[in-house]
Amino acid sequence: MQNDRTRILVVDDEEIVRESLGGWLAKDGYAVSVAADGPSALGRIRADRWSILIVDLKMPGMDGLQVLEEAKRLQPDLAVVIMTAYATVDTAVAAMKAGAYDYLVKPFDPEELSLMMQKIVSQQTLVRENAVLRQALKREYRFRDLLSKSPAMQALFELARTAARSSSTILVLGESGSGKEVLARAIHAESPRAEGPFVAVSCAALTESLLESELFGHERGAFTGAVARRKGKFELAHGGTLFLDEVGDVGPKLQLDLLRVLEERRFHRVGGNETIDVDVRIVAATNRDLRKAAAEGRFREDLFYRLNVIPVVIPPLRQRREDVPLLVESFVERLSVEMKKRLDGVSPEAMHALMAHDWPGNVRELRNVLERGAVVAAGPVIQLADLGLAPRAGAPQAPATLASLEDIERRHVAVVLAHAGGNVSQAARILGIDRVTLYNKMRKYGIRRDGAPGEAPGAPAENHSG
Amino acid sequence: MEKILLWWIGERTPGEGALDHVRRHVEQAFSSPAAIWPGEGRPGEAFDPRRKQWSSTRILSWLVGAAPEGKVLGLTDVDLFIPVLTFVFGEAQVGGRAAVVSTARLAEPGFPDPRIVLERLAKESVHELGHVFGLLHCHSPGCVMGRSASLRDVDRKRGLLCPACRGFVDRSRVEPAGT
Repeated sequence: MQNDRTRILVVDDEEIVRESLGGWLAKDGYAVSVAADGPSALGRIRADRWSILIVDLKMPGMDGLQVLEEAKRLQPDLAVVIMTAYATVDTAVAAMKAGAYDYLVKPFDPEELSLMMQKIVSQQTLVRENAVLRQALKREYRFRDLLSKSPAMQALFELARTAARSSSTILVLGESGSGKEVLARAIHAESPRAEGPFVAVSCAALTESLLESELFGHERGAFTGAVARRKGKFELAHGGTLFLDEVGDVGPKLQLDLLRVLEERRFHRVGGNETIDVDVRIVAATNRDLRKAAAEGRFREDLFYRLNVIPVVIPPLRQRREDVPLLVESFVERLSVEMKKRLDGVSPEAMHALMAHDWPGNVRELRNVLERGAVVAAGPVIQLADLGLAPRAGAPQAPATLASLEDIERRHVAVVLAHAGGNVSQAARILGIDRVTLYNKMRKYGIRRDGAPGEAPGAPAENHSG
Repeated sequence: MEKILLWWIGERTPGEGALDHVRRHVEQAFSSPAAIWPGEGRPGEAFDPRRKQWSSTRILSWLVGAAPEGKVLGLTDVDLFIPVLTFVFGEAQVGGRAAVVSTARLAEPGFPDPRIVLERLAKESVHELGHVFGLLHCHSPGCVMGRSASLRDVDRKRGLLCPACRGFVDRSRVEPAGT
């Protein structure tokens, strides 16, 4: 039978209706079960998956609309058809509002019933096929946690897959928030070193001396406060991948140290004499124009060439707007799971605004905007207003109370970071300070990249990167 | 081989040769002998005065009690119904003994052509008896076991079983259900 998989549950308090309707549908090859009241019907729905529920409106105890509401809550994709003895506009409207697929006025025409069942079955088949196709497409568009259907990104995935198999240094270039670390992690996961550690370090978050000890470790007593020997990121990444984020921000002395370790794969801890050999694959990233910096003498040319073995350029999101719907769908799905909240997607107006936005903070900014939308949304669909994308008023509001300069600075830094969607470089430009200073302020005030209170990135005790 | 009984239980006298036409179709479709049963009884208790129609389900019960052993097809000209539907062309006990079919809805309103009605009656007779043989609705184009929700459905079908349905009937005769 063609309809083997279509399971129909008929709910009516009248046995004759259950039998005659059940019998009619069974002859059509549907797998039919019957229930005499709402509670037993819901028990059947809890226990099994059904394609179609045909339920009588008027039943003693729990009526058809109550069964409909609870059934849709238990199984949202269930097609529910309400049967009623009298067609009134009110009952029809109530049924449709509660999420009924359609309603039938008893007695109904055999052709009407037959066509309605066929229509539901073909729609459900289409939905299933669509889901399978979308899954297949998503696999096609995916490189680990990166998702894109733009030709440029597809070419990048291909290059990254090939490069991952080698041990060559990879230089990832792209704006802040474009997914440089996500790509680095994907390369690591695809590489023969996948079982080894992935260690990330942000070169912009630390002063030069701190970064030196962060990268190479230090011996006890190497400097004030070095109370114990500490392993550096190079050692920690042995057998795996070291991700050097914002490598363009490394100062001249450390540039030389980095060059040496890249050439020789060995180094000394700060304050130590022991030579340590490491087997580390370097993935470096920057949003600066390193070639230009090298030409202008701000970055060692030899280090640039050491890093620039396989350059990979991630295009900014505004140059691949076709990815926005794909990314939105993926983020909304993930947020729904993370937040344990039903989220079906974004409204057409919201999607329009998301497509039109310039995304200076790239994919990270998109995710932050959607996270905000997911938190604020009252229903399962994120609306335009939930996203908070509307342009802000130019003049800052006067503070309600007189505050200290520090307090104002803390608040202002948070506001600018939030405005920049977590793009630290952009926030630093707006504030007119360099990024190291901004990172210091974020640490001082306990502000996250997105402007929210929390642990700031770049604290020396942990792996952080941009 | 067990005979299939055809029993006219309608109100008016059937057209000349109509029952014989149906009998030939039934015999051809199932390769079973069929005979016209001259019983005088009528299922009066199946009439529903509120709906002014006849309950096909009650007719089936009546046929099982009133007909001799074996499969029986009641043919009638009264309007049949089951409780949830406005009408049915016929009804049958799937894998049981009895089936009923009516001409009441087989004529085009306003243009009753007796030849067309007779062809439709023969198809629906085979269809309902197919259910008695244990068949469900079939999706093969043209098979008489295709669903009959409208006259268009009836006219789209040929009067015979598709090879798959025919095979099912033949097998069920060799290994009766439940063995």
